[in-house]
Amino acid sequence: MSEPPLPMAESRMSDGKEILLSVRDLAVEFATEQGVVRAVDGVSFDVHSGETIGLVGESGCGKTVTGLSILRLVPCPPGRIAAGRIEFKGQNLLEIDTGQMRDIRGSQISMIFQEPMTALNPVFTIGNQMVDVLRDHEKMTRRQARIAAIEMLDKVGIPDPAVRVDDYPHQLSGGMRQRVMIAMALSCGPELLIADEPTTALDVTTQAQVLDQIVSLQEEFQMAVILITHDLGVVAEVCSRAIVMYCGSVVESGSIEPLFEQPRHPYTAGLLDSIPRIRDKQIGELPVIQGMVPDLLQLPAGCRFADRCDRASGVCVESRPQLDPGAAGQTAVACFDPIDAQQ
Amino acid sequence: MRTRDSEPLLQVEQLKKYFPVQAGLLRRVVNQVRAVDGVSLQIASGKTVGLVGESGCGKSTLGRTILQLQKPTAGNVFIAGREITGMPHAELKACRRDMQIIFQDPYASLSPRRTVAQIIREPLDVHHIGSPSERRRRVAELLEVVGLRPQILNRYPHEFSGGQRQRIGIARALAPRPKFIVADEPVSALDVSVQSQVLNLIAELKRDFGIAFLFISHDLAVIQHVSETVAVMYLGRLVEEASAEDIYRSPKHPYTEALLSAIPVPDPKRKSSRIILGGDVPSPAHPPSGCPFHPRCPAAMDVCSNVPPPRTDQGGPGRPHYVSCHLYSGAES
Repeated sequence: MSEPPLPMAESRMSDGKEILLSVRDLAVEFATEQGVVRAVDGVSFDVHSGETIGLVGESGCGKTVTGLSILRLVPCPPGRIAAGRIEFKGQNLLEIDTGQMRDIRGSQISMIFQEPMTALNPVFTIGNQMVDVLRDHEKMTRRQARIAAIEMLDKVGIPDPAVRVDDYPHQLSGGMRQRVMIAMALSCGPELLIADEPTTALDVTTQAQVLDQIVSLQEEFQMAVILITHDLGVVAEVCSRAIVMYCGSVVESGSIEPLFEQPRHPYTAGLLDSIPRIRDKQIGELPVIQGMVPDLLQLPAGCRFADRCDRASGVCVESRPQLDPGAAGQTAVACFDPIDAQQ
Repeated sequence: MRTRDSEPLLQVEQLKKYFPVQAGLLRRVVNQVRAVDGVSLQIASGKTVGLVGESGCGKSTLGRTILQLQKPTAGNVFIAGREITGMPHAELKACRRDMQIIFQDPYASLSPRRTVAQIIREPLDVHHIGSPSERRRRVAELLEVVGLRPQILNRYPHEFSGGQRQRIGIARALAPRPKFIVADEPVSALDVSVQSQVLNLIAELKRDFGIAFLFISHDLAVIQHVSETVAVMYLGRLVEEASAEDIYRSPKHPYTEALLSAIPVPDPKRKSSRIILGGDVPSPAHPPSGCPFHPRCPAAMDVCSNVPPPRTDQGGPGRPHYVSCHLYSGAES
């Protein structure tokens, strides 16, 4: 609890708000046949109580691994948390024993996953699975747990919860399954919910329902949410801050207004431009980011975005930029030549 | 290669595809899943119809049934004036070089045991197009068209990223110089920054080769970029069909409006006035009576639950805008 204050890139943003989770210099490695891959390399960020923060990036950028690391769920082997600290309410989660970690999972920090069908056990009813979670963390009889489970299903908007509680996962639609996952994750009233692509497998109309549900539950339970997604549209709809990752590191972070209106990192700007969005008129050619994400086994020495960046110069190829906090009202950016508003 | 604009390259009339639901020891047919339930559609050379709908609405089945990869239950399909429904097998095979498909999943749709050259060549081998040296030349030419380097010819699919694999799949579809391509969610599995690269490529192919596309996607934003006409599908039927311009500017069907408003927009200022639909898409084995959308429709009237809405043209002269909805059918509420 009495840890000395850490050098924080975003410390000034924590004024007046309690820091719930603080990730510092996290590095996660995976052993592969071709060598050791650093999937997450020096990621730092804070999550305040009750806020919704977006962790955005394309596949392979390390956003899911970052989420899994917080709960120490990175499969080991081949994975390994190589460095860093993950402090939850002042306690370094990487130092506590597995029993303590188990108590935290599901009760104080919960996670929901992209594919609800694979995250639910197909041979037990959803009620059964929810009762298990509840009784694992709280002193409850089966009957009490069942009542609590039905209440929770009702909260997430499952029609006829008293009947549905005895359904098996295959009897539910994709949207309903994701609601069940949310109900299960929230049943012990966690302070932090990590949602890994919770709506990616759903249709747009169902996605709208589920996002709406997450937002209203977040307000009701006063919990913090880390929303991991590739969809900048979803981030703009529900998050107050966002962290953009590329190739294992944070390239830009900040409040969503400046991030979406004046992105400073060329990658964020490119990503925002290249999203197919509904426009007033058809345009000839969509703007693109040239090339592709480099192979994690052969990362360049300098900035990892340099070979796709049209602003890159000599320094970008030679050394790696660090995350710079930026002025007030600006985003923090890891770039030697950030895009500034005057340009 | 071009046919006259007035004569559509592809004409689909009242196409139906029902899948039987069997039960019991004798596998008796107890019900039908109406995956495609009376769809009519036209596509001219060099034009694209964007087909949009949610999962399970029958959009992929429609694409496959048009290509006769699945035998239609009823209805007709004409390509360049020739009817291909009910065509004898040998004749149909010859027709297949005119119609190709690009699949959604670039990981599952390329054989892991074949080299890039073999994959792209396969349609040429199957249809006996050209001599071996001509086929080699054609493969090299196709790689250039889709923006891949010629050095990769002898490599295997696992060595490529999703975007590159999708380019290989596109090259294979282009190999026999088709007149019509069904692109079934070709960019859904790709990352955003790669998605736009592949969309630009498809727009370019359409322009350069005059190919007609049926572009299937669940994403209205993707559809807008490539299509002249947009058709919205719900539970096996087309509920709205109009030019891309009209459908985005003035959507008429409540379902299209809801779909458009549900898309998350990357703009924090636009805290949206989303229309959130209740419930889920009903099962096509038990479609609701009347208008299939009525249980979820915010504008549903009494008539909607009893009478299927007729298709009406709400557009101006020369720009048809078809809607199947009682709001426009003149029915009393």
